[in-house]
Parts: sequence; structure tokens; C-alpha cells
Amino acid sequence: MNAMPPRIGAQDCGPAAPLRQRGQHEVFCGLTSIIWLHRKVQDAFFLIVGSRTCAHLMQSAAGVMIFAEPRFGTAIIEERDLAGMADLHEELDRVVARLLSRRPDIRMLVLVGSCPSEVIKLDLGKAAERLARLHAPATRVLHFSGSGIETTFTQGEDNFLAALVRELPAADAKAPPSLMVAGALPDVVEDQFRRIFDALGIGPVAFLPSRASSGLPAVGAATRVLLAQPYLGEAARALEARGATVLAAPFPLGEEGTTAWLRAAADAFGVAPGRFDAITRAGRRRAREAVGRRRAELEGRRVFLFPDSQLEPSIARFLAREAGAEIVEIGSPYLHRQHLAGEFALLPPGIPFSEGQDVDRQLDRCRAARPDLAVCGMGLANPLEAEGIATKWSIELVFTPVQGYEQAGDLAELFVRPLARRAVLKLGA
Amino acid sequence: MQLTVWTYEGPPHVGAMRIAASMRGLHYVLHAPQGDTYADLLFTMIERRDTRPPVTYTTFKAQDLGADTAEIFKIACRDAVERFQPEAIIVGASCTAELIQDDPAGLAAALALPIPVIPLELPSYSKKENWGAAETFYRLVRAFAPAPQRPAPRVVRPAGERSCNILGPTSLGFRHRDDIEEVRRMIEGLGVAVNLVAPLGASPSDLARLPEADFNVVLYPEIAGTAADWLKRNHGQAFVTIPPIGVRATAEFLAAVAGLAGVVPPAPPATLRMPWYSRSIDSTYLTGKRVFIFGDATHAVAAARVAADELGFVVCGLGTYSREFAREVRAAAVRYGVEPLISDDHLAVEDAIVAAQPELILGTQMERHVAKRLRIPCAVISAPVHVQDFPARYSPQMGHEGANVLFDSWVHPLMMGLEEHLLGMFRDDFEFNDTAAPSHLGHAAPAASETEEQTLVVLERPVAWTGEAEKELKKIPFFVRGKARRNTERFAAERGLQTITIETLYDAKAHFSR
Repeated sequence: MNAMPPRIGAQDCGPAAPLRQRGQHEVFCGLTSIIWLHRKVQDAFFLIVGSRTCAHLMQSAAGVMIFAEPRFGTAIIEERDLAGMADLHEELDRVVARLLSRRPDIRMLVLVGSCPSEVIKLDLGKAAERLARLHAPATRVLHFSGSGIETTFTQGEDNFLAALVRELPAADAKAPPSLMVAGALPDVVEDQFRRIFDALGIGPVAFLPSRASSGLPAVGAATRVLLAQPYLGEAARALEARGATVLAAPFPLGEEGTTAWLRAAADAFGVAPGRFDAITRAGRRRAREAVGRRRAELEGRRVFLFPDSQLEPSIARFLAREAGAEIVEIGSPYLHRQHLAGEFALLPPGIPFSEGQDVDRQLDRCRAARPDLAVCGMGLANPLEAEGIATKWSIELVFTPVQGYEQAGDLAELFVRPLARRAVLKLGA
Repeated sequence: MQLTVWTYEGPPHVGAMRIAASMRGLHYVLHAPQGDTYADLLFTMIERRDTRPPVTYTTFKAQDLGADTAEIFKIACRDAVERFQPEAIIVGASCTAELIQDDPAGLAAALALPIPVIPLELPSYSKKENWGAAETFYRLVRAFAPAPQRPAPRVVRPAGERSCNILGPTSLGFRHRDDIEEVRRMIEGLGVAVNLVAPLGASPSDLARLPEADFNVVLYPEIAGTAADWLKRNHGQAFVTIPPIGVRATAEFLAAVAGLAGVVPPAPPATLRMPWYSRSIDSTYLTGKRVFIFGDATHAVAAARVAADELGFVVCGLGTYSREFAREVRAAAVRYGVEPLISDDHLAVEDAIVAAQPELILGTQMERHVAKRLRIPCAVISAPVHVQDFPARYSPQMGHEGANVLFDSWVHPLMMGLEEHLLGMFRDDFEFNDTAAPSHLGHAAPAASETEEQTLVVLERPVAWTGEAEKELKKIPFFVRGKARRNTERFAAERGLQTITIETLYDAKAHFSR
């Protein structure tokens, strides 16, 4: 295995036959999605029921303790809990009571399962029901699993949204069609999309998650769902179970993705093509211009994507089609075929695709390919830089507003910056 | 169950990773789910290393639990040895793998690998990072410098020919990288050879040379204390544990090392600016500044001594999260007449800081945040670390240069002496106040500090200020205004006053003035 990496033939890969190698994965677990969820849902508190490792992960991954007191925390399981000296449920009730007395502003408490709580089969569903009764009506209590044995990075958000969907009120059977956008989007992006939907005459429109836990939209047979993120398999399933229809579309990254995504909604709501073109024309132009200004720096650049957020196919599509980059390999921790069908239809054929990871062998392939840019997680970035390969931290793609027309240029700029930096530095070898 | 937002220490397997990442030729095979790979970024991002830490995780998933996670461990072990070709491996489990009880030690032993395998038992649910690091280092020392079959009394080399080992510096330690350079130079300056520095920079085979030294120097007892004890009992090596932090402690450290080496301790070097800086007239304003200290035991106790004896501060709080060293911290607290705080609950630390009302905080990254919220100056003196604790410049905490660094880094967050007076004298000057833009920015910069204060002062305001009192408060220099406001409000609240007048403001000032 230390020999040259196996050559991946075009015919072997792509979405039809992705490369799967079982080895060390280098990804965050689903708990880390709390880092953006707790900023998005402003009256919620996310309480991880886990180990010291979980608490340490959160502060290390969040970097760095950027918030003096964030709306997340960990109830650390200790030896006496495992030895049966303490009743775990009683302990959890005590911790939650202390937390809520400290933070009476919390309207929604989310219990988050972790690897240890899953392995010892701690029933958080039962705990959530009990705590909901105890603290109703002031605080709603939900639960989901962000454990690393079940979820990677963004899948935590997926599980959270699925849990939220179960809380949504049922829509009136005679309710007119409505649109729900599922997937956490930065507020500024949400507002932009809302203005476009308004102009198109599509509505009512709800965003999930909403900024306050009190704003839970109704769901029912007339609900049409646009997924704002490709990793929402569970949430989509839960919405369909509530009668909603998920609209198939590529994801709103870049001019092309945004247009296709908006068009899926426009078609579902019977917006005339002329009107759609008129409403989106200015945004499309601005997006093309903004990306165009970056295109020279990205054109022909060879990009290697390590698996991280499941956004990788959408990013690769944007880089290949709008920025003119050459994609060396697309890695994704997991591939949701149905949701990504629209993306793969647009991707140039024959790009090697890997699902899951053996990080050492993937690094071998990356080194052999010598890409101009590697998109990767934080554990790999500095070592690759030290080997002379420019990197883009994938975590920024999750934290930065990149969706929609007005952010298309910013998205391109994220990839330009590491390359531009190399060009400006005059430090010798 | 313990409620926490931030933790001072990671789990014990992170301590083991720190040892593995400190050494050459050692690899750690860790049975752990995929989320635990976050620990890599401690090294690549926080420490800004240019290589991945030498750790292979099995990254098992839920679907593997029903199948064979033990087999996954064996494959990972074999692959890691083949790919990285280490001299030795350490094997162990993280918190989740501990629950599934796969026995990494037994599994690795069954593989009959061509290299030494050192198993680690690190109980995740009762122990923490520093303990894990100490235990790992101790296991490695035992394995590679085994106790002699027939213990013989140590033959001490003649005075002037003795050598020592320096034990304790690790990857991710607070300024260990620079401390070790400074301490090594000082020891060699005494004419004492440094036989080995470990774990930082040592390989497993280097550890076999540990017994060749005449004595050991333990810089960080949290990490090397256990191993040094064992080396003393089994190889007869005496050890020095005085951390050379500050002028006085450095002198004592050098005297102790010189004593064991049989040489004469040197006079302090000319590059030592610290005692003079502390005596200089500009330092007068440091007198009696109230300082709250919290960190690992080694740094906290040493900081208290430097603060009190070498900078003339008043220690108004002292504590540690290192429960293993609670005794030492309690003993030090007695010296300063403060209640020791032994806790790893950062909320309790925050409460203690609010109660103590210090003018300076010497703490960890957590206290830095508390300080920011309370608008109190702060310097970081201890792990847990952040990327900014790995400065590009040489910045030791230990030895002579370390004492200089301490002076700078603890005093700079405070307003400088002459500056403090000038700000008081010229506070009504039209271009010299907190709402005026810095002169070099012309008239373009926004005056945002008043709104900033509004949002940053987090204490409740149960009492109202009269317009006049509010105006008078604004005459107080902005860098102490937040404190004056808090003190006055506390004063008013304690006396049940509804309104704060100018009188109240000055009553409170008189009450709190020391």
C-alpha cells in the first residue's frame, strides 16, 4: 500500500461507481454543526450529553472559543454515572435544571446524543419527553444524535432538522400551496431569497430552522420543500412523512445553481418563464460578473476535494462550470444520490469520485496529482501547505454566506485567496 | 454528570497524543470513532505544526459495532506500522472505544508486530489530559529504560562531570518550546551536560539512555512527575522540581541544579533586565495592583510568587484546575492570605473573579474571555492554549529571559505608569479622550467606545443614575470607568439606594479606595 496509488479510471468512478476505501476518516462529527446552529436559532440551547472529549472537541473545533458564553454546552458523563452509582436520568434532570435557571431566556433546549451516549444506549427521547413536561410551557425540549459513530460534520444539522420537523404543527388540509426552504442559511442569504420569492409571487415561504424556536411553520400535503443543503437526507424523509413534497434541484451555489434552484420553486408554483427571467435577470448578471472577475485566477487550476461537508459535488460543479477549474477528485463523506442527481447531471463526466475515506491513501493520490488547490479539513491544511500544496479550509464553506446570486463572487473569492496569497508572498522557498 | 461549556483539560487520550506528537519514531494507534480525529487540529492548527500528529484512528462507525470493531483495530495497527515504520507504537482507546471493551492491548499483542507495543490504560471517565500525558510518558520510560534486575547503588560521577535529563516539555505545552531552549542553555552554562530532553524531541530508543544521567530536572511536574519518581526509585536518580519561573525561582533552580552537579551557581547575567525594570520609577504604579491567578498548578503557583514578590502586586485570588496538585496550590494560597480555588468549573472561576474584583487577571484562555467581558486586563500564563500562545518570536516563561518576558507580558495589558497620570491630567483635552479618534487617523474614525461599553458591561443595573452623576462618571478615564460604574452600583445596591447621585459616586470611591 505504500506503492504508487491505484490509478482511478474515469469509467470506474463518478456517482455510478464511487471509489470506496475503508480506512481512517478525517472528518468532524455531527456535534460540530451546533457551532452554526446555535447562532442561527437564537433562543435555543444545545446540550450535548457526552464525554469530556465532546466538550473538548467543541471548544477546539469552534476555535477557539470565539464566544464568551455560547448557547451550547456539554453534560459530561463521569465514572459514577457509568458505574450505576448515579442515575443518569436524574443527573441529566439536575444538570438541565441548573442550566435553565442560569439561562431563563432559553426557549428551546436541544439534547444532543454523542458516541458514548449512543453506545450506552441512553434514551434521550425519553429524557426529552420527561424534561419537556417538567419545563413546559417555558421551554420546549428536543433531541437528536450528532454522534460520530452515526454522523459526520453537517449530518448533525440534518438530524436536528428532522427532529424539528416532528415538532412542526400540521397544516390545514385545505391550506394553499406553500414553500419551505430547509437547511440553515445565513440570515442575509435568507432575506435575499425571501425578496426573490416575494417578487416571483411564491408564498407563503418559511425557512427551517427559523431564527426563533417559536416560529415553527406548519407542514402538510400542500408544502413544497426546497433543500438549501445537499446533506439533508433525514430531514427530507421526515418532511415527506409529514406529507410534504421535496422539489428536485441542484443547490444554490453559483449563478447556475441558484437559478436552477429558484426555477424548481418557480415551476412548482406555476411562475411564467418570462416573469422568472425578468425577476432573476439582475441577480444572474451580478453573479456572472462577480465570478467573472475571479475566473482568470481559477481557470485551468487543478482542484482536489477531500471529503468533509457533503457540499463537495456542488462546489466542484461551481468550480468546474463557472470558474473553469479542473477537478482532480471529488471526495464526500457520504453521497446522497437522489439529492445530488441534479449536480451530477451538470458535472463534467469522468471526474473521480470517492465516498468515505482512507485518508492516508487519499493523501497519496493528492500528492501524486499535485493539485493547485486542495479543499480539505483543518487537520490536513497546514501539513499540505508545508508540502507545497495550497489549501482551502472547507469549514469556511459552511460558515461563510456563499449561497445565492449575491454571494457567488464571494464563493469564488474563497478559492482565489489561498492562490493569491502564494502569489503575493516573497519569502523564498 | 458535570455541566460545562469550556473545559480546561481534554480527555486523557489527548494527553497521550501530546506525548506521541512530542516524540520521534513513536506512533499512536487509537481505537476511536471518526469524530475524535478533531484532535489532529490541536497540533496542525493550534500549534501550527507542518506535519500531522503521528496518530492512526480506527474511526469505527455505528454499523461496525454489530460487526467486528476488533478486526478494524488490528487492520489499523498493521497498516500504521507498515506505512509509518515507527520504532514503537502505543495503543489505546478513546472514551467511546473504552465502552465497547475491545482490549487494544491484547489485540495488538496478538499481532506479533516486529516492534515494541506499549499498551495504555487511560480511564476516560475519571481522568483528564495532563494525567493521560503523565501516565503515557511514565509507561514509555518504564518500557524503554527498564528497572535493573539487580539494583546497584548509583555511582555518582565526580563534581563537574555530571549530566542531567530535562523532563516534561511536550507538544501543545504553554511555551515549552522556548522554555526548553532557555533552560538547556542555563544548565549547560553551569558546565552540566544535558544527557536527554524528553519527551519533546526524544525517540523511544533515546529513552533507553535516560539512566545514563546523574540526575533529572523536572520542568513540568504535571507531565514528568510520575516518571521522575519512578526513575528515582529504580535508577537512583535524584531530581530538581523547582520551576525556574521568575528571578528568584530561577536562582533557586540554578542553585539546586548546581548542588546536584557539584558546581558553583553563577551570578545572574547582564541580560536580566527584570529586577531593575521592577524597581524603576515607572513601575511605581504597579504597587498593590490586585491580581487574580488561575492556571495549571506549576504556572499558577509560580505566577503568584512573581506577582507578589517581583512585581509588587497583591494576589487577590489563586487557583488551579489541576486537582492532582491541589495541595501545592493550597499551600501557596496560605502565603497570600487568599482562599484557594481548586475547580475545573470555569463558571465557578468566573464567579470568583467577579467577587475578587481584580485589576489584572493572569489565567488561561478561558479567563481571557472572562476578562474581556468584564473589561479587565489579562495575560495568559498557562494551558489550555490557543494559536496565539505559539508566538513566532522567542518567548520563554522560564529562566532569565523568561523573567524579562513575564515583566513585559503581564505589565503591558495594564496602562503604563506615566500614561495613567497623563490620561488623568489631560482628560478634558479635546483630542485626548475616549471619544476622539486617534490623532493619526484624522477625523475619519468613528467614536464607538461609549456604545461598546453599553454592550460589554454585563452586570445588571438595578439602580438608576442621575444625569449629573452619569456626566461625572464620564470624566473618569475610560479605562477605569467600567470598574467605577460597577463599584458604584454595587455600593448603591448594598445600601438599598434607588438613585446614584454625584454624592453616591464619590461615597463609593471613598469606600473602595485602598
